[in-house]
Amino acid sequence: MTKPIDVPLPADRALLATLQAGQEVRLTGPVYTMRDAGHARALAALRESGRLPYDLAGQTLFYAGPTPSAAGRPLGSVGPTTASRMDFAAPALMDAGVAACIGKGKRSAEVVEACVRNKAVYFAAVGGIAALLAKHVSASETVAWEDLGTEALRRLQLEGFPCFVAVDACGTDLYRAVEQGIPLS
Amino acid sequence: MGETGESRALSAELVAQTVYDAVVRCAVGLREDVRAAIERAAEGEHAPRARAVLGQMIENAQVAREDGVPLCQDTGTVWVRLEAGWELSVPGNALSLVDDAVARAYADARLRMSVVRDAVFDRSNTADNTPAFCDVALRPGCGATVHVMLKGGGSDNASRVVMLPPGEGAAGVRRVVLECVREKAANACPPLVIGVGAGSTFDKVGGLAKRALLRPIGSPAATPETAAFEQKLLRAVNATGIGPAALGGQTTALAVHLETAPCHIAALPVAVNMGCCAMRSASIELIPWGDEQ
Repeated sequence: MTKPIDVPLPADRALLATLQAGQEVRLTGPVYTMRDAGHARALAALRESGRLPYDLAGQTLFYAGPTPSAAGRPLGSVGPTTASRMDFAAPALMDAGVAACIGKGKRSAEVVEACVRNKAVYFAAVGGIAALLAKHVSASETVAWEDLGTEALRRLQLEGFPCFVAVDACGTDLYRAVEQGIPLS
Repeated sequence: MGETGESRALSAELVAQTVYDAVVRCAVGLREDVRAAIERAAEGEHAPRARAVLGQMIENAQVAREDGVPLCQDTGTVWVRLEAGWELSVPGNALSLVDDAVARAYADARLRMSVVRDAVFDRSNTADNTPAFCDVALRPGCGATVHVMLKGGGSDNASRVVMLPPGEGAAGVRRVVLECVREKAANACPPLVIGVGAGSTFDKVGGLAKRALLRPIGSPAATPETAAFEQKLLRAVNATGIGPAALGGQTTALAVHLETAPCHIAALPVAVNMGCCAMRSASIELIPWGDEQ
């Protein structure tokens, strides 16, 4: 396996377009946590106003609900939740400007098509290693939806956060390649 | 403890304190048998990505323990099973005290609150991770054991109950497990511990599968026939190539554990309860069972 590729955030679309499914990456920059309840709210806001709320255009969504601050870090533990639960909203959010997302597990065909249409990327982080992943988060700030508790919209600052390219801007899908026994980088 | 012939008492406060301690310990400490199985799996993997992922899981367990932070951000719902000898009495409202203990443990250990008030009509967070989901079982004798599991949403969502026609037999059970793995393993944070229940009734079979997760990896199955079935199924699961984190490799599961039970002549209930790579559970014997069970 080759050296991980550094990807600064907010993601440059031209750089995103060069990434290939299966590549290991290190993300550095801001991301926004959003889960089930947040996706419902973001989708409702988008339908009402025609725009993404909270300047999310061009940003990366992290499907995650962290534990509270601990061990001198802004979050005790944070890792990806199952991405397919966001499939109901992800294509619309990508069409409106979301550039990338981080989660775990397979996506629907509609999400893969939305990645191709928008030159967007789905990154997979490893589930179950949230203590380790939290060491790659240097700051956390609640942006909105505080009533949702762990599901609030938060801006996190990532520092070399380890991920894999799961669906690239050409629509190549790492999870499906693994299922079909097709080797990728 | 009373003399022979008297009813012995199990303190509800002791049950609750045991749950508190187990929640705090499980959230940050990977089960030793799971950690050892991941280490063995890492030695056997050839794919660089699979080796890297398993290595991160071992490193994660170390960071969580050293820093006292949760292994996984999904610190789960709390499942508690109290098994008490029928010669014991448990005065007081043990289940209410368990809820109090869960609320205190989640606040004190800075765990994530992941429970909503109602599945359909009020999905606001209860903000203290209660209620706990509790079973009470009576057994012969006067011992007492508390089982505690912090169950993540991803792995529980990847689980299922299927009512097979009895004619499908062991091959049907195997098919249900393999289909569940192919469709859902990627969401359940592999390498998995796969709990399988077969038998009893529609409502009870899920409990069988869940209790199968408590069994330490490498410990003997109930019968040699069960052990052979488990081993063969584990090989089939790992032949899928899904691998650690579903990113490819030969370790999709660390173990398959099967619990079987009697059932209706017309039925073959099957349940699959997925346990993730950060399986968090503890079984604590509060009063020894001795030879009476």
